[in-house]
Amino acid sequence: MIDPMVVELSRWQFAATALYHFLFVPLTLGLSFLLAAMETVYVTTGRTIYRDMAQFWGKLFLINFALGVATGLTMEFQFGTNWSFYSSFVGDIFGAPLAIEGLMAFFMESTFVGLMVFGWARLSKAQHLAVTYLVALASNLSAVWILVANGFMQDPQGALFNPDTMRMELASFGELIFSHDAQSKFVHTSIAGFVTAAVFVCGVSAYYMLRGRHLAIAKRSFRMAALFGVLSSAGVITLGDALGFVGAHAHPSKLVAMEGLWEYEEPPVGFNVIAIPNEEEMQNDYALRIPYLTSLLVTRSLHDPVPSADTLIERADERIRSGIEAVTALKALQDDPDDTEARARFEAHQDDLGYGFLVGFYAQDQDPALATEADIQRAARDAIPNMAIVFWSFRVMVVSGLLMLAFFTLAVIFTLRNDVHRQRAFLRFSLLMIPVPFIACEAGWLVAEVGRQPWTVYEVLPTWMSVSTHSVNHLIFSLAGFVLLYSIFIAIEMYLMVKFIRQGPTEHGHATAVAAK
Amino acid sequence: MEIYLLLKVTWWILLGVLLMGLAIMVGMDMGVGTVLRWVGRTDSERRVALNIIGPHWDGNQVWFILGGGAIFAAWPIVYATAFSGLYVVMLLLLWSMIVRPLGFEYRSKLKGPRWRNAWDWSLFVSGFVPMLVFGAAIGNALQGFPFHFEWHLASFYTGSFLALFNPFAILCGLLSVALSVYMGCAMLMIRGEGELYARARGFLDRSALAALALFTLGGIWVVFLDGYQLVQGPAPGVAQTPLQQEVVRASGAWLDNFLAMPLLWLVPGLAYLGLAAGRWGALNDRPQLAWWLGALAWIGVIGTVGAAMFPFMMPSSAEPSHSLTVWNASSSEYTLMWMLGFTVVFMPLILWYTSWAFWVMRGKVSAKHVEADDHAY
Ligand code: HDD
Ligand code: HEM
Ligand code: HEM
Repeated sequence: MIDPMVVELSRWQFAATALYHFLFVPLTLGLSFLLAAMETVYVTTGRTIYRDMAQFWGKLFLINFALGVATGLTMEFQFGTNWSFYSSFVGDIFGAPLAIEGLMAFFMESTFVGLMVFGWARLSKAQHLAVTYLVALASNLSAVWILVANGFMQDPQGALFNPDTMRMELASFGELIFSHDAQSKFVHTSIAGFVTAAVFVCGVSAYYMLRGRHLAIAKRSFRMAALFGVLSSAGVITLGDALGFVGAHAHPSKLVAMEGLWEYEEPPVGFNVIAIPNEEEMQNDYALRIPYLTSLLVTRSLHDPVPSADTLIERADERIRSGIEAVTALKALQDDPDDTEARARFEAHQDDLGYGFLVGFYAQDQDPALATEADIQRAARDAIPNMAIVFWSFRVMVVSGLLMLAFFTLAVIFTLRNDVHRQRAFLRFSLLMIPVPFIACEAGWLVAEVGRQPWTVYEVLPTWMSVSTHSVNHLIFSLAGFVLLYSIFIAIEMYLMVKFIRQGPTEHGHATAVAAK
Repeated sequence: MEIYLLLKVTWWILLGVLLMGLAIMVGMDMGVGTVLRWVGRTDSERRVALNIIGPHWDGNQVWFILGGGAIFAAWPIVYATAFSGLYVVMLLLLWSMIVRPLGFEYRSKLKGPRWRNAWDWSLFVSGFVPMLVFGAAIGNALQGFPFHFEWHLASFYTGSFLALFNPFAILCGLLSVALSVYMGCAMLMIRGEGELYARARGFLDRSALAALALFTLGGIWVVFLDGYQLVQGPAPGVAQTPLQQEVVRASGAWLDNFLAMPLLWLVPGLAYLGLAAGRWGALNDRPQLAWWLGALAWIGVIGTVGAAMFPFMMPSSAEPSHSLTVWNASSSEYTLMWMLGFTVVFMPLILWYTSWAFWVMRGKVSAKHVEADDHAY
């Protein structure tokens, strides 16, 4: 028996540690490329100020990187420690990209980051530059593989259930890695990292310009980041739209939650700019709509049907009933592998196995075979994720994206006119922008992951069944430990970040007070 | 069919290679962490010690990450059952390990002695605890873990946290700490000088002797330990679940493989050879040689456990017939094949650029150097 409280706490723990990991990831993804760009200018023009720039931003990069690595270790463990049924049930598929990520990306990233830090005096300029590029390349490769893994959870491609081993198994490696969802997730997420780094560099440079310090470095950094940022923020928006399009087709329940669509409407369907979803009544208490727009965004037409919560719940209801058959047949098959009747019944219903598992949460003894009519209805209702969270996170992300595009457009104009350092109001605004991309990234993950509920692997494995069979006390212990450790970590990290930003870059070898070190 | 069998055995060997890589490379850095406070008496000496492994600890740590990832990919049910069953221990391992990146990266960023002292202690914890847990986990694997499965293979663990720290497991844990200190000190000798070098040699000497004693004691203990025997089950090359076999416990059963194949006695022999000759090498100021022989000792120690347990990976003491073996715990043939492809391509590449990184950073690290370098730890 799985304690519902354990499910709840395991989800909190995963959400907290993953969101925390992703505070550091985007900056690594983007800043590594900016470092490479600065160093490229240094190597090609020989102007040492660009080396000073690369070294200064490199220091901030490393303060951030250490926490990216530390919190990544947690993630690597956590599937086994807290999601053990998940791990054994889909490990045949899901483990592969994770292992490949280690082989292909982490080794490269971590080995060369050591040389990037310690190799300035020992490598030739060109070699060091190559090393920096390899770090940038490797961190983005790591994103590819982890997002292939995550893409599988959102839209399971290339896998089949094998009754002989009682688990999902990989059927096509190509389908797994070239899943549209995985591909669009990768570009959107990596570029989100670029945007994050660009805002960060602009913001910190603005701080120096406001103080009138390190103007040479600050102006150059600002310009590079602004150009990088305007392209990336345009990219993240275009690709976000593409991701929405791909996701909507693979994953209608998420779409329904992102757009706040409770009841079926004849197309063309309007777009809810703002709405207050009411979970109890299954309707929006208030909605501000633009006609036609949802249809255009989602189906790129005016007459194709758009999914809605009520139709999806109805469909879930049917699939649960069929899924119960699949579970009971599978159990019979497990007792006697030669039971041909059970095998035939299983094969007829196996596509709905996940829905059979879904209802187990409410059924007596968590046995789907004992599910009552009321249990089935509750489980069917769960097929729609929490609408308010998904709906609002999505809007937070989109508004941030548009805000950043506007910001970078202005930034590029000012920097090309070469008078950013005089635009004091704009510089103050730049400082205030620093948290925005981080908020957008976290909101994006909330859309992706909360929108996937109630599944860990969409329509294959429900979240409640994925957890390890721990006691509540175990979870309280681990959650408390993580909260304590991670709070200390972030306090130290922020302290060092601020301290080193205040201290500023070292220019041309003559020290602007190199404290400690 | 037969290809699947071959793949299973290949992946079992690769898992061994990964565990050895992890023990040798990560263990070395953790050994430095463990002795840091004693091998370096002044701040400057400690910084030298940290900068000796500074360019490499992060890359080395990936052996550990890849160990996790590869078990997940090739032995998913082992990953799931072990990591969830040993929950509290895994958390201790994890929490001590995640302090390490910060220890390296942040310690020397500020000057205060209290700040640096606190990080030195945390580097001690994050060196000592993970290696202790690593060894203890292997010690517990030899004794079997109290777990069983339900019909759909959800695993249940029925043991307590404290039972994992039984005397035999602690012995194995200490053996692992001793070997890690040995490797760490060998590295400190290779790239250190003066007092640091001399003290590292002293620690290496003692850790080699300790490891020899602990390994011998552990070997004798195993003779009297309950091992596991696979009585019957599906053919090894067949896709199967862990619920289809019959396994019994028998005293001394871990010697069966050695008795059936006397050539296997060479494997523990490697451990003795590595430690004894390595210690000799270190005492005669041949630290490079001592390092490689230490690596050989690790290979011998982990190889011995593997040779004894094959085909068991995670025996169950609660329900021996639910034990996880090489035959019933692997991924599908298709996944193993793809993963093997990636490993064959990338493993040589990794070894190549890792060696290059060590080569670039070769030579002695001096206190003067560290003080002058703005990028040093
Ligand atoms: C889109 C990118 C992305 C996403 C979704 C994740 N990570 Fe991550 N991870 C990275 C991108 C990244 C990175 C950019 O490569 C990091 C972040 C900062 C860093 O130092 O490397 C990293 C570090 C990092 C490390 C340390 C690697 C090292 O030592 O170099 C591990 C073990 C993981 N991650 C594992 C995970 C797992 C198991 C995740 C799934 C829940 C996960 N990460 C989500
Ligand atoms: C680092 C970026 C990520 C963030 C910020 C993130 C965020 C979240 C959040 C907020 C939840 C909780 C959802 C809920 O319980 O309602 C969650 C759950 C989960 N995510 Fe992610 N996620 C990230 C990456 C990933 C990746 C890459 C994977 C897989 C490779 C993954 C696998 C899971 C799993 C297994 C759960 C637990 C089950 C669940 O509650 O849905 N996550 N994540
Ligand atoms: C108008 C702009 C944007 C649109 C239309 C958009 C669209 C989307 C969609 C539809 C998802 C959900 C993916 C899924 O199906 O699971 C998503 C996820 C995400 N978004 Fe955005 N996005 C936009 C801007 C941004 C910005 C500015 C950032 C950060 C700088 C960002 C970062 C993320 C992240 C980190 C995720 C989670 C990872 C993933 O699912 O790929 N997005 N975005």
